[in-house]
Amino acid sequence: MISVDVALKLGAFDLEVAFENDAGIIALFGRSGSGKSVTINLIAGLVRPDRGRIVLDGRVLLDTKAGIFVPKYRRRVGLVFQDAQLFPHFSVRRNLLFGHWFAPQQEPGIAFDAVVATLGIGHLLDRHPTLLSGGERQRVAIGRALLSSPKILLMDEPLAALDSERKLEILPLIESLRDEFRIPIVYVSHAVEEVARLAARVVVLENGRVTAVGSVEDVLGQNLAFTGESRFAQSSVITGRLSRVDTDYGLTEIAHPAGTIWLVGEAGPVGREARVIIHATDITLSPTKPPPNLSIRTILSGTVAGITFDHGPLASVAISLDGHGQLVALVTRKAIDELGLHRDDQVYALVKTVALDERMVAAKQA
Amino acid sequence: MFELSPEEWTAIRLSLWIAVTATLASLPLGIFVAYVLARWRFPGKVLIDGIVHLPLVLPPVVTGYILLILFGRHGPLGAPLAEYLGIVFSFRWTGAALACAVMGFPLMVRPIRLSLETIDRRLEDAAGTLGANGLWTFALITLPLALPGLLVGSILCFAKALGEFGATITFVSNIPGETQTISAAIYTYTQVPNGDASAWRLTIVAIVIALFALIMSELVQRGVNKRLATFA
Repeated sequence: MISVDVALKLGAFDLEVAFENDAGIIALFGRSGSGKSVTINLIAGLVRPDRGRIVLDGRVLLDTKAGIFVPKYRRRVGLVFQDAQLFPHFSVRRNLLFGHWFAPQQEPGIAFDAVVATLGIGHLLDRHPTLLSGGERQRVAIGRALLSSPKILLMDEPLAALDSERKLEILPLIESLRDEFRIPIVYVSHAVEEVARLAARVVVLENGRVTAVGSVEDVLGQNLAFTGESRFAQSSVITGRLSRVDTDYGLTEIAHPAGTIWLVGEAGPVGREARVIIHATDITLSPTKPPPNLSIRTILSGTVAGITFDHGPLASVAISLDGHGQLVALVTRKAIDELGLHRDDQVYALVKTVALDERMVAAKQA
Repeated sequence: MFELSPEEWTAIRLSLWIAVTATLASLPLGIFVAYVLARWRFPGKVLIDGIVHLPLVLPPVVTGYILLILFGRHGPLGAPLAEYLGIVFSFRWTGAALACAVMGFPLMVRPIRLSLETIDRRLEDAAGTLGANGLWTFALITLPLALPGLLVGSILCFAKALGEFGATITFVSNIPGETQTISAAIYTYTQVPNGDASAWRLTIVAIVIALFALIMSELVQRGVNKRLATFA
């Protein structure tokens, strides 16, 4: 259990953030400069706030009113930097053992072998950090933080410096940290996919203020600007049940009351709950049931819950899916007018299967 | 024939001993001052920086004279040091080492400071969040990463100490077997009749030592650079 309530003025930047989380992963989400990293640094004790209180598992780490400031080396908080920050003069093994050595010996900590096995870094132990690839470096950094037996893991854009293939390697590792080692994580990111896949709850930050807090399903896709580059980041998260893997075609079928979602690849065991991330730019809308002679396989039915226009050519349409869940689609203002779409209208959301693949599906937290 | 007289040997041994002592003794203070200049922010930092670099620009004789006033037998620092700690500087080899240390100090501080300034502070933050307090972080992260600066600074200080003449001769005079270094000995031999041969021999020794130090520093640098290259 972590509760954070901090305020800090840094020149023109003014931060005021408060949130709480029990277990699992909470994501701090926002564009760069929104105050995500500063918040992480405040929790880690690298920065002192003007005012605030941070409590971790009942232990007060910071209370400006009571004059409490626990120094960083006593906070038991594992920080994973964006660029790993491995000690260049130590081998991988000594990097991993650095925090282990300072961790209290009487507590049963996290076992070295388990961490090395989970992260798949056994063959790197005697290497020098500088000879590692970006992905390997980040895995070692995660292992190093874990082995200091922290009460919480803080991850500051841990995948931002990696290419998308490396990201795909590390995402499931972070999921397994959450599930295997049962360690709560505060995950900072500006990437919707990562947040949607990993986090149970999201805190959206904008200019140093919290603009939304809640479950991933509720928050994502709602508070994002949809003009410019950021429209490609807007997405929705749909929860369904993995009902079938079609090995002939190499597709996975996910059942949802609004319709069947198909995705490319064979994603994991049948029967489990799955969260699918659908980009708002990958959705086509139709007010009538589309004819069967379209290549589109995924057709989800629902009603229009709201339409938001920006000052440009685009509009964002929120769709309440039949059953449960909300989908956000980005279309042009022209299309809205010509289709005559209004609130509460019946609508079909068409998603190209090729836009979805197994990396878009996350195993629901155990 | 190239055969060194006992007096010449004494001067060489003394020179090396004084230079080594000056370098090693000023290393801890050098690291501290470099750290303060690299990391701390306080009013009057420019003044501290200036004082550290003063011996570099002052005439060495002036530095030697100031040392004589301060650390002489009856000087404001020399008298209590002699009385309470039994450390006497005036007209002793220790005084020569002090003069060399003061003259070499700015050359030692600068590379250490530069080395410290290039260290990514977030490595220290990482060590902190992993449980290392300030002292451990300094010992395990900061100091090892500043090693190139420490080596270069030490070599520069040693080289300066070997060649020091003005401040030393002003402070502790030119006493054979006590304060007469190679430089002072060469100077002396050039002032006496038939001293040319001795001056020549010591000159050759000085060249050999200097060349050896240069080659050593080059090799050390190369080794450090190799390690640094793997750091990057």
